[in-house]
Amino acid sequence: MRKPKAATSLRRPFVTPEGVSLPLDLGGAGERAAAFLIDVILLVAMLIAMSVVLGLMMRGTAKGESEEAIGIVWLLGFFLLRNFWFAAFEIGRRGCTPGKRLLGLRVIARNGARLTGGAVIVRNAMREIEIFLPLSFLGVQAANGLADRFLTIFALAWTGIFLLFPLFNRDRLRIGDFFAGTWVVHTMRSDLGSDLAGDPAAALRRSFTPAALDLYGVFELQTLENVLRRGDGDAIATVAGVIQRKAGIAYDPDARAFLTDYYAALCLRLETGLMVGKRRQDKHGRISKTHVVRG
Amino acid sequence: MTAIADPPRWRVNASRFRAAHEADWAELDRIVTLIERKSVRALDDDALLALPVLYRTTLSSLSVARETSLDRALTRYLEQLCTRAYFQIYGVPGRIWRQIADFFVEGWPMAVRALWRETIAALLLTLAGTWAGYLLVRHDPAWFYGIIPGGLADGRDPAASAASLQKMLYSGAHGPLVTMATALFTHNAQIAIFAFALGFAFGVPTALLLLYNGLMLGAFVAIYAAKGLGFAFGGWVLIHGTTELSAIILAGAAGFRIGHAIAFPGRLSRSGSAVAAGRTTGMVVVGVVLMLLVAGLLEGIGRQTILVDSERYAVAGTVLAGWLTYFYLPRGRRAKA
Repeated sequence: MRKPKAATSLRRPFVTPEGVSLPLDLGGAGERAAAFLIDVILLVAMLIAMSVVLGLMMRGTAKGESEEAIGIVWLLGFFLLRNFWFAAFEIGRRGCTPGKRLLGLRVIARNGARLTGGAVIVRNAMREIEIFLPLSFLGVQAANGLADRFLTIFALAWTGIFLLFPLFNRDRLRIGDFFAGTWVVHTMRSDLGSDLAGDPAAALRRSFTPAALDLYGVFELQTLENVLRRGDGDAIATVAGVIQRKAGIAYDPDARAFLTDYYAALCLRLETGLMVGKRRQDKHGRISKTHVVRG
Repeated sequence: MTAIADPPRWRVNASRFRAAHEADWAELDRIVTLIERKSVRALDDDALLALPVLYRTTLSSLSVARETSLDRALTRYLEQLCTRAYFQIYGVPGRIWRQIADFFVEGWPMAVRALWRETIAALLLTLAGTWAGYLLVRHDPAWFYGIIPGGLADGRDPAASAASLQKMLYSGAHGPLVTMATALFTHNAQIAIFAFALGFAFGVPTALLLLYNGLMLGAFVAIYAAKGLGFAFGGWVLIHGTTELSAIILAGAAGFRIGHAIAFPGRLSRSGSAVAAGRTTGMVVVGVVLMLLVAGLLEGIGRQTILVDSERYAVAGTVLAGWLTYFYLPRGRRAKA
């Protein structure tokens, strides 16, 4: 197959109010787990830092007072961080926690509308049963020793359903996402690469026979584009060699220049076909009629 | 001389297209990047006015490119630029202060009212639990040890003398007030969020939590009532209890709504029904946490400083009346300008 299945299955079309379909790439389970771990590490580090700072500040005062202050910081800090760290960041304009930001993820509403504060709160409140319930079961069982092995296994299996929920649905939704109507997508940005076919002098340097240009279709053209943009010398030499052999063209020492010119010529030929409604999909020559023809 | 008369003769349509529109795309890219990096406030008026126009231009460029261009880097760039711009224009949350104001004025009380059926169910469950706990312990004090975990009883059990029980009700500050208020608040809020989240399992664990909460209350009532301290205990518990119990009942109600939405989605799809329930209950859960903050303050500070029964009842009644008015008093819809 042309594309690996995993890559296509996390892509969702999304239609804007203007009626244009935009593709969204959902975050995978592994990335999201990694983002969560980063956030947890940050969270714990912040708590420790706060306590140390408070401890230093309180060193001069009576022992009871400093203990009380640290106690309050821990109680309140832990509560606020545990419940509102994620929400506070996701309500912001970027829609992502620091961990998600590092991994290039953000939270959006599934219907494409505004992400509301309520939705963000719900998706994070649900983390109670997803993460902390299994954790507390583990903690309790560890504290009690192996009192009831069967119960432990049962409890872990039951809570595991919540923890592993994202693996059981196509959209990688957590239970929180399910109720909040949100999903987590990649924040993508790519640069507009240079115009490979833009050099007007290309036709003067090398010309190709129609037979040489009829070898390939759109799919091969775009693969060629990838090869050129990646700029790997070995790959370019290999591809140039294959094209020269198939088209019966003499060996050309400058593989990159040859390939660029061939790309420009092939692009022109296929695009001309496109203008009259013939879209040649690939080298096997399937032609699909396009509906819109613009000059 | 020839420079103007002889523009570069591009052979491929995509090149012409790029040259004609690249400046617009770059400008949109610049604006969107600025918003992403800093904030929408970093834009000047011109950029702000240009943003929607550039967005639609780029969107239409994308449609054209998809149909006429074979340059994949071009379409991918336009797709991603449009997606980024879309989320900056349509997908971002509203202003945070506006959201907070809306929450207090409309969102929270409306969400609470929308849960009235579930609230009644949660209230009845709590009352049933309390009644059962009371009857059980009254009938056989041994039940008390079955209901209340040892740590929580803290010497308040059927074997305690009336004097020691009474002393606890009016002991005033034993321990730092603020720490205690904080501990109570965080513990209760965590339980409430938990009760809400557990609603996912069709509301069954939520119901059990509510029942158990009632049982504990009833068990305490029974041991105090047996020593003739029922009225005093009422003041001790209700000063914060009217707020705390209301909050827990509302959290339970939110849990029931979640469970109900999953089990019986009605005409909606199951996920559609879940999202609708999530939207309502999210508001309630935030409200519950706030209520528990109030309860924690009343319990940790108010109860330790107010030591007269009648004053405790007065505070309890006032606070409860306040909550009920806020949630359920019919109010006219705000006129929309």
